Amino acid sequence: MPKQSPVPDDLDRGFWEACNEERLVIQHCSACDRLQHPPLAACFECGSRAGLSWKPVSGRGTIYSYGVVHDTPVAAMQPEQPYNLAVVQLDEDPGINMYSHLPGAPIDNLPIGGRVEVLFETTGNGQKVPEWRLV
Amino acid sequence: MPDVNIIRTPPASMYRDKEGMGIWPHRGKVAAVGIGHAPTARRWDERPETSVGGLSIFALRAAMADAGVTPDQVDGLVVVPDTTTGAYWPAGKQVPADFLAMYQQTDDPLDGVAKLSPEWIIKNMPELVNLKVAINAPTCMSNAVVVAAQAIGDGLAHTCLVLKGWHNYVGRYYQGGANAEPTVSGPGKFSAPWGGPACYGTAQQFQRYMYKYGKTHDEVAPFVVNSRRNGLLNPDGYWAQHRPEQLTADDYINARWVAKPANLFDNDIPIMAAGAYLFTTSERAKDMRQKPVYFMTTASDRTRARGLALTLEEVEEATASTGRKLYEGSGVKASDLDFENMYDGFGLFHIFHIEGLGYAGIKRGEALDLFKGDISIEGPNPVSPSGGNIGNGRTRFWLHSDSIQQLQGRAGARQIKKPVEIAVSGGPTPTGGNFVIWSKSPD
Ligand SMILES: [Zn+2]
Repeated sequence: MPKQSPVPDDLDRGFWEACNEERLVIQHCSACDRLQHPPLAACFECGSRAGLSWKPVSGRGTIYSYGVVHDTPVAAMQPEQPYNLAVVQLDEDPGINMYSHLPGAPIDNLPIGGRVEVLFETTGNGQKVPEWRLV
Repeated sequence: MPDVNIIRTPPASMYRDKEGMGIWPHRGKVAAVGIGHAPTARRWDERPETSVGGLSIFALRAAMADAGVTPDQVDGLVVVPDTTTGAYWPAGKQVPADFLAMYQQTDDPLDGVAKLSPEWIIKNMPELVNLKVAINAPTCMSNAVVVAAQAIGDGLAHTCLVLKGWHNYVGRYYQGGANAEPTVSGPGKFSAPWGGPACYGTAQQFQRYMYKYGKTHDEVAPFVVNSRRNGLLNPDGYWAQHRPEQLTADDYINARWVAKPANLFDNDIPIMAAGAYLFTTSERAKDMRQKPVYFMTTASDRTRARGLALTLEEVEEATASTGRKLYEGSGVKASDLDFENMYDGFGLFHIFHIEGLGYAGIKRGEALDLFKGDISIEGPNPVSPSGGNIGNGRTRFWLHSDSIQQLQGRAGARQIKKPVEIAVSGGPTPTGGNFVIWSKSPD
């Protein structure tokens, strides 16, 4: 899919660099042993900054829900309509979720609760982004 | 300019965002009296008097006249500074000369055109000679309504105007700008590349809802049809003023998808509009032109999604908590609600709002069953008698206007047939909103 390319910054560079190495990492707070995503400058729960690091996760999850996009304002995606847009929950913590186009899956026929695994897709500026496929 | 204390951000202490706070200390002591709505339009025609600033002045003057209050009696003003429907003034485009000639400008050339500051209102309504305090209430009329009620209860003002204006320009909104760029920076980089439109979040929650409770999108049709019908009975609404077309269940079911399962009619139409209220103390309200409608309590939700996408379960927790806060603060029970005007722009989350309240005795997963019965203004359980955003265009204020008018007994063709005493309205979204229980009686 011709996605917009994310431009990393100091806050999230660890996440995006790991994507370029095809590893999925999530920001983790060691002070309260909690994952958070998207990354923040401090733990949302306890406020710790020093306790934050990038924790590798398995790259496995389930489909929480989805929609089928027919009318997006994002120009890059308009030629692809209609397309699936799912919410994927991570096995390590279902409270952490990510979006996915579920490449290869049939349009508007996705199993809620279905198992997925991560893959990485290269966007226009070379930055890789996490995507997911049904397993 | 009068010497006005301008509060840029209402302090957190003005909101009742926690359970366990007990009865609202100002219960029955603050009242809504006057309502003013400017004429609606689909887009700005670039005449000065139809700018968001011009419409706002119209609405504010109408609210005072409606209440029978002279401008010198007003000492408070609560303004929502954000006025965009999603439309932005094009970079480099000059503000029309007629507009600049008609109004006093602030330092910001787009004030009154693409936003509204309290200063702009103060400069352009010199009749507000005794204004003491002006408060910015971000985003939404519901925020302004609870801030104004709290401000009056706390004694910051005794007679307060409350304003929300909207601008909409030519062109499809949200197109262009960052959405047209090949790259994305800032917090949007975790979502924008996937290209979900604004209604996507609600759509995926509703998809989960259908899965969880065994429901279908078609079952929403009676709600949308009822909303349009009620909207067409509102002479101030966009559809009644410009496109008086009844909507059928077939029209709804066959409408194009935006993000399935959210279609065109699950989305509200962006318009030019302004609405204003006059609130005062219950004591002063007695002498005004319209019957007072009393605030029983306010409540606010401050839920934050744990992940990128807000889940249905998070929404359900939030709406249930809002219900508990409203009932605790007001002493009102769910079974006391004679009607509800919870927010509906997007229409699908109206379902989550009313299930959280337990309106008409419904439990989780039962709103669509309620919609199969009589939800009209003639029936026992009126749903969205205002018609809401879905039936009137995007303002986020019809809900409060109608709650007040119904309890005053002057909702005209929309007047609910059974006697009504207690109402609820608020929004916008099921999380992060601000809500009110209203009563015909202060006790
Ligand atoms: Zn922590």
